[in-house]
Amino acid sequence: MNATTPQLTTSALTAHPEHSAESPLSVHALTVAYHRKPVLWDVDFDVPPASLMAIVGPNGAGKSTLIKACLGLIPAAAGEVEFWGEPLRRARSRIGYVPQRESVDWDFPVSALDVVCMGRYRKVGWLRRVSKTHKAAAMACLERVGMKELSHRQIGKLSGGQQQRVFLARALAQEAELYFMDEPFAGVDAATERAIIGVLRDLQREGKTIICVHHDLQTVGSYFDYALLLNMRVVAVGPTSQTLTQENLVKSYGGRLTLLEQAGEAIAQMGPTR
Amino acid sequence: MSEAWHHFIAGDLVALLSCTLAVVTCGVLGSYLVLKRESLMGDAISHAVLPGLVVAFMISQSRAPVPMFIGAGIAAGLTVLLTMLVRRWGGVEPGAAMGVVFSVMFALGVYLIESEALRDIDLDASCVLYGQVEYLVWWDAPKDPSAYLKLATYTDTDIPPALWALGAIFVIAVAFVAAFFKELRITTFDPQMARAAGIPAWLVQGALVLLVALAVVASFQAIGSILVIAMLICPAATARMLTDRLGTQIMLAGLVAGLCAIAGYFAGAKLPTALGAEHALNIAGMITVVAGLVFGLVCFASPSHGFIARAVRQRRLAERIAIEDLLGLLYRSAEAGETFVPIQPMHAAGMPVARATKLGLVRAEASKLGLTDSGRERAEGLIRRHRLWEGYLVERAGLRPDHVHATAELLEHVDQPAAIPTQSGDLDPHGKAIPPGPETDAESP
Repeated sequence: MNATTPQLTTSALTAHPEHSAESPLSVHALTVAYHRKPVLWDVDFDVPPASLMAIVGPNGAGKSTLIKACLGLIPAAAGEVEFWGEPLRRARSRIGYVPQRESVDWDFPVSALDVVCMGRYRKVGWLRRVSKTHKAAAMACLERVGMKELSHRQIGKLSGGQQQRVFLARALAQEAELYFMDEPFAGVDAATERAIIGVLRDLQREGKTIICVHHDLQTVGSYFDYALLLNMRVVAVGPTSQTLTQENLVKSYGGRLTLLEQAGEAIAQMGPTR
Repeated sequence: MSEAWHHFIAGDLVALLSCTLAVVTCGVLGSYLVLKRESLMGDAISHAVLPGLVVAFMISQSRAPVPMFIGAGIAAGLTVLLTMLVRRWGGVEPGAAMGVVFSVMFALGVYLIESEALRDIDLDASCVLYGQVEYLVWWDAPKDPSAYLKLATYTDTDIPPALWALGAIFVIAVAFVAAFFKELRITTFDPQMARAAGIPAWLVQGALVLLVALAVVASFQAIGSILVIAMLICPAATARMLTDRLGTQIMLAGLVAGLCAIAGYFAGAKLPTALGAEHALNIAGMITVVAGLVFGLVCFASPSHGFIARAVRQRRLAERIAIEDLLGLLYRSAEAGETFVPIQPMHAAGMPVARATKLGLVRAEASKLGLTDSGRERAEGLIRRHRLWEGYLVERAGLRPDHVHATAELLEHVDQPAAIPTQSGDLDPHGKAIPPGPETDAESP
């Protein structure tokens, strides 16, 4: 531990969180810039083990950037990211990632099963073929998201919700302990939304940690027990019911608020989720 | 050995083999460029190597393959690097960045060739564009067939070195694709996820681009850069129209490329003289034409992605919908007490009466039409879906009952069980009975 870090109380967590080996993800003073324009500024937070966390914030708040910077896909200008107290390269095999659905070309000539098998590649290793055991594991993941029957269909011939489920199955196939998901609920049908949240809750029950970029303020309170409110800086972080207060929402979303007031009220009425 | 065979081996075999090896290599590697939507990369590299060749020639004062390879390789690497920089700093899309870089590089090459220092050397921009397949002859090929079984025949005679270079790059490319198939697949499809999982996408994709550059350099002396560009794109695009699996795609692209090379070679080198023309045609040009024709044909006639197949599928769907609409009409009039409906107006409205009769769904009786048992069964399913949708749209989507018919009229034709709303009552919003569903409905959880 950093000797200069003072002893902290829970209330000071957002300002200077204590980094611990327990925490699946600790972000410290992370700053990311595109073309000298900061996108993330001095971002600092810890994620408690086995939490289901939402990253919430207005458009351009840097939600996806935060995930990508944590995973080393975007270089950080400053700051540290640690996983269970270790750097990324020692923790990679324990981390799963679901990118935004729009980030890939769905016309690509692969089947749903092929895509899910990609989640096993790291375990398979270089120069080896995907064995029957790995394929069976991939198939089990497809079954878990209710897509077994469509395993051999070319991915472009699936609906948006089914494509998102394939991505989720691929992340499951990684058998990680910490999952990053970039807008897993964007543009999916109601059945898929239910299926996804069901799988996420199962994962949490198994002790895994899930971090989702989420855009729907109406459902944050009921889906997630932990939330990070982001607008270039961390506006608030902590249990959802304490984080998504109206004051914090105003702070992060600014004036665009008729809808937000309702959302804040809805969350306040729901109270603590756990 | 007969005179004709010896003539073929000495005059054509090396050229034919060189073309085929070059073209198959391009076809295999090109699949990845086409799938990445970076087909232009081959174009860029094949033009941009020209200044590399000229500079290599200026330094080494020879056209020996090794310095040429090094020069072209450096130029190709520079092109890839510059393209990335222009993309990042110029803020333009990848195609434009490549266009800027390769045209400037090519122009630089042309300028160097035309400049004072190199005016009278034997390096011609048009050779780079069209290649010199016709010069690849094995002039001292032995006449004795048994000589072909001896290794010395291949080491001691003057086989054009281009053949060895192309053979080597072919073997390397195929081995690379086979060995790193899964890494290439993930880094081409989803480079971000690959990187997050610790698979170095830049290394795999960089090796691929380097191989493309090597293939381009090895190929264009034999077949010219126009054919190289065509072969990086055409066979891959053709294969994409025929399959939805990556492995099949790669193999098909190689196969299509090989067949185009052989067909194009004979069509260019042999066919014109056989038909009485005085000169053979440019072989590289002919192979490109054949590849283009094959692509056109496949676009039109591919069983899965082609124009004809699509037209047939649309036609079948249109027919199914028309028949279902006819069945629906008969069912509703039977509900209203009129089991048989006059045929003439239905004919006049263009309803597929004859087709439905042939399928045994309806039968005619004294110039009137009614449902058969199987027709009634299908109509029940259709009307059931229609009324379930109406109920759904009113109850769940909050539409007014008089606004839901048109939407239900479209959705009723979707018959996958998962896409049918669940039943919540016995009547639709207009008070009509919803026909019972198949038995399995009751059992489902």
